[in-house]
Amino acid sequence: MATLSIPNPVPSAIEDAEKLRKAFQGWGTDEKAMIAVLAHRDAAQRKQIKIAYEEQYKEKLLKRIESEISGHFERAVYRWIFDPVERQAIMANIAIKNKVVDFPVIIEIACINSSNELLAVKQVYQSLYKHSLEEDVASHATGDFRKLLFALVGTYRYDGEEINTELAKTEAKILNDAITKGEYNSDEIIRILSTRSKAQLQATFNCYKDAHNLSITKALSTKTPNDFVIALRAAIRCRTTPTKYFEKVLRNILQKSGMDEDALTRVIVMHAEKDLKEIKELFQTRANMTLEQAVAKKTSGDYENFLLALIGN
Amino acid sequence: MATDEQLALTRALSGDGGLGVEESTLVSIIGKWRKKPEHISSFRKSFNRLFSITGHIEKCEDDHMQKLVMEFSRFHQITVLWAMHPHERDARWANQVIHKNHPSSILVEIASTRSAEDLLGARRAYQTLFHHSLEEDVAYQVKDSKSKLLVGLVSAYRYEGQKVDNDVAKSEAKALHNALKTAGANKIIEIDEVVRILSTRSKSHLKAVFKYYKELHGKYLEEDLSGDALLQQTVLCLDSPASYFSQVINSAFKEGANHAETEGLSRVMVSRSDVDMEEIKEAYAKLYGAKLADVISKKTRGYFRDSLLSLAGEAKA
Repeated sequence: MATLSIPNPVPSAIEDAEKLRKAFQGWGTDEKAMIAVLAHRDAAQRKQIKIAYEEQYKEKLLKRIESEISGHFERAVYRWIFDPVERQAIMANIAIKNKVVDFPVIIEIACINSSNELLAVKQVYQSLYKHSLEEDVASHATGDFRKLLFALVGTYRYDGEEINTELAKTEAKILNDAITKGEYNSDEIIRILSTRSKAQLQATFNCYKDAHNLSITKALSTKTPNDFVIALRAAIRCRTTPTKYFEKVLRNILQKSGMDEDALTRVIVMHAEKDLKEIKELFQTRANMTLEQAVAKKTSGDYENFLLALIGN
Repeated sequence: MATDEQLALTRALSGDGGLGVEESTLVSIIGKWRKKPEHISSFRKSFNRLFSITGHIEKCEDDHMQKLVMEFSRFHQITVLWAMHPHERDARWANQVIHKNHPSSILVEIASTRSAEDLLGARRAYQTLFHHSLEEDVAYQVKDSKSKLLVGLVSAYRYEGQKVDNDVAKSEAKALHNALKTAGANKIIEIDEVVRILSTRSKSHLKAVFKYYKELHGKYLEEDLSGDALLQQTVLCLDSPASYFSQVINSAFKEGANHAETEGLSRVMVSRSDVDMEEIKEAYAKLYGAKLADVISKKTRGYFRDSLLSLAGEAKA
């Protein structure tokens, strides 16, 4: 469930556009007023506000926002404003154009969406960037990452519930063979992980656990940190237990030293209108504090206020 | 000396190598030879592709009986294919490649010549029919060197716009040339760069790549790919589908064409009738110096012939 809270009744798009305009005028920016509007509207409402603002004031809302605010706050608001499909297309593009492809973003987008949701992202991606998502992933990623990311992004997976138990056993064995040999980049691992349906994949991992008394993600933990294996584990988790995956990402960000604002922004912004509630609840049981408390501890200022507003404050 | 009627009947039963049967001739001769068993007995003796004298009868040969079943069913097959949803057709053909050992070239054909939306539609139909994705079945069943290329091609959801970055196209033409030159003992069909470029780039972009390849290196990419028929076919399908389809049609008409080749005729005529049949007729005339309609009229029979002519947008012969 979403954590996004919308006032009832909700002001009209024109009223909201006016409030934003007021927030921009004069010295400095009234960030609180901005957050009060933008962090409490759903995708359709945000779209109407953009349209109303542009009609009324003859300038693009996004351009104005970019000139009014900056830093992590600006990046978070920018990503938030778009609807989920366009947002993911934009974030995928940013991830790809990075010096080194930001693989967690691509893996998340490729693995947590249903086949048709991912297709919608690809269609918007094409209209925005005049390339297919697949071709950009393939031409920017290299080596094993290219193999994995391309396979995850390119497959239009079957979404059905059927399970073939014999096949699950066979493929659990194939996975074990590759893992035992340390061949983490094996074509078979990538094939199974990227082409099998969610139900079939879950069955395969269950067989694996039954046969070896070890979950597949634990089996893939290597002593030396290896980016590719990290990517594999992320893909496995995203495909089978996404809530747990995102909870862990948040906990890693918020409870370890250092701070990755981009990753924090990504998780909050991409899930606030989807399933942040479940992630939040799990976080609380695991971290012994609420997500709000954890975010407040490690962030500050307008950025903190914006995130807290999305989380459900 | 075979009589005219015997010759006509031979032709009508596809005894001259033509495809399909001449239904109207068969019906007419059945009528004419009623109560004249000596006529048909004499025909059996003359038509030794189908009958051979064994004991006191001219026995029907099994393999020719099979062939007759095939020839009679060409019209049936083409009609059912024509009635089917195009995506279901493609899904069934793909399934035959994967599970009935039909040639991989059919999979390459479907993946490379359909529009992005139609290929996606075929994949959806495949899921509906077979409860698996096409990608997972190809990846699972194809375990030889073709695997990378085939999986890449069927997974494609290409950008269909006209926008091309010429610098990238030039550099990819060079990259292809380089990859082919340095392949050495490795199979070119497995080279990552080759598969990446051919299976992800838009068709407009690829046409530019192929153009630059010729400009920069003096040879057409297809010539340099002559060591790998499937790769050559991929390039041809992406660059000039009308030429490719003309070649498939022509193979069906050659002497000793096998089952897969003759089926190619029906597959192409049905699947392209509403899409690019005009371009195919043009390409065919250029390649083989003959009108497609004329060759169809000469080499096929009966309702099968008439349906092909209709699919080609031509009046009956």
